[in-house]
Amino acid sequence: MDPAVDTQATWPDAIFSHFRRAHIRQVGYVPDAGHSRLIQRCIEDADIVDVVLTTEEEGVGLVAGAALAGDRAALLMQSSGVGNCINMFSLVKNCGFPCLVLVTMRGEFAEFNPWQIPMGSITDDVLRLAGFLTYRIDHPGDVDEVVGAAIDMAFGASVPVAGLLSQRLIGRKVWSK
Amino acid sequence: MRRGPALRRGPALRVLDRRACVGRLLADRDDLLVVSGLGAPTYDVAAAGDSQLNFYLWGAMGGAAMIGLGLALAKPKLRVAVITGDGEMLMGLGSLATIGVKRPQNLAIIVLDNRRYGETGMQASHTDAGIDLVGIAKACRFGEALGISAEAELDGARRLIHSGKGPVFIVAHVAPDEAPRVLPSRDGHEIKLRFIEAVAKLELGNAKI
Repeated sequence: MDPAVDTQATWPDAIFSHFRRAHIRQVGYVPDAGHSRLIQRCIEDADIVDVVLTTEEEGVGLVAGAALAGDRAALLMQSSGVGNCINMFSLVKNCGFPCLVLVTMRGEFAEFNPWQIPMGSITDDVLRLAGFLTYRIDHPGDVDEVVGAAIDMAFGASVPVAGLLSQRLIGRKVWSK
Repeated sequence: MRRGPALRRGPALRVLDRRACVGRLLADRDDLLVVSGLGAPTYDVAAAGDSQLNFYLWGAMGGAAMIGLGLALAKPKLRVAVITGDGEMLMGLGSLATIGVKRPQNLAIIVLDNRRYGETGMQASHTDAGIDLVGIAKACRFGEALGISAEAELDGARRLIHSGKGPVFIVAHVAPDEAPRVLPSRDGHEIKLRFIEAVAKLELGNAKI
C-alpha cells in the first residue's frame, strides 16, 4: 500500500455501492494505490468475483467473456494501464460490448515522476479515440453521482464508458526515500 | 511425457491434422461454450460446425484465454473451451497466470500448435524453438496440462474438455498445413448477440445453470 494515498477517503465506498446496485459480478484490476480501498471491498464481497490481472488488456477480454454470459464486469486501472489496452479495446468496439473502466489518474497534478506524464497526459484522448465516453471527476462530492451515471450509461445504453478519477481527487503521491 | 524441447525442428514428427483434431474435440459438444482465436483456429472451429455457442475472434490477438475466463467465472456450471493458436497464446501468456490464480474448474484451453504464424506467411513461432507452453501452464497451476500428437489421444482430450478438473490446458501438435478456409461471420455484433441469446436460452431450459 502506498502510504501517501489517503486510504481514509470514503469516495471509493460510493463506487462500491454502485457496483452492488448495478449487480456487477466481475471486477478486473491490476493492484493500484488509488483503487486499493475499492479493490479490498470487492475482494471481501462474496457476490463479486475479483480477478487480479497481470496487465490491463487482459481485463478487456474478461469484460467481453462476462458480457457474453450475461454478467456485468468492471475494470479498475491506472492511467498507464489504459495504454496497455488499446488494441484489445477493438473487441469492445467491434462487438458493442458494454464496458466500464474506472481510471485513477497519474501524471497530471503535482506528479513527481516524469515517466507517468506521457501516458497520463493522453489517457482521456486515447479512451475517446477507442470509442469511450469519458467523465472526469475532480471532487470527492461528485464521485457518487458521476460514477452512478457512468455505470447506468455503460450497462443501460451498452456503450464503453470511462470514469477518470483525477490525481487531485486521489491525493498527490508523496515521494520519500 | 512429450515436452517442447523434444519437438525442435528436425525430422518429421508425429502430428495431428488440425481439422480432424478440432472436429473430434468438438464432436457431440452439447452446451460447450467455445471461443476461437483469430486465424486458422477460427476457421477450424467454423469447419467443425457453426454454433450459436461459438464466439469467433478475428482480432484482439492475445485475448482469447481471458474471454474464456470471463465466461467460465460467469457460468461455473457450463463448460468453456478456448481453441486458439500458438502465436495467439504466446501473446497472452500472462493470462495463464491470471487463470492460475482463479483456477476455474470448467475452463479448458486448447492450443493448436503448428509452430508457425500461419496468417502472415508461416514464420516460425517461439514454440518452434522449444518454448514449452505445457510447462508454462503447469507452472501456472493448471489442473491438467498436457500435449497430444496422436489420434488415439483425442478421446481423452475431449473428455478432459467436458469433465476434467480444470483449468485444463492441452497443446495439440498439428501439422503446419493450410486447410481450406471456412469463414464464419466477421460481424462482431451478430456473433455476440446470438451467443448471448443462446446462453440465455440454455439458462431458461436448464435450471442447473
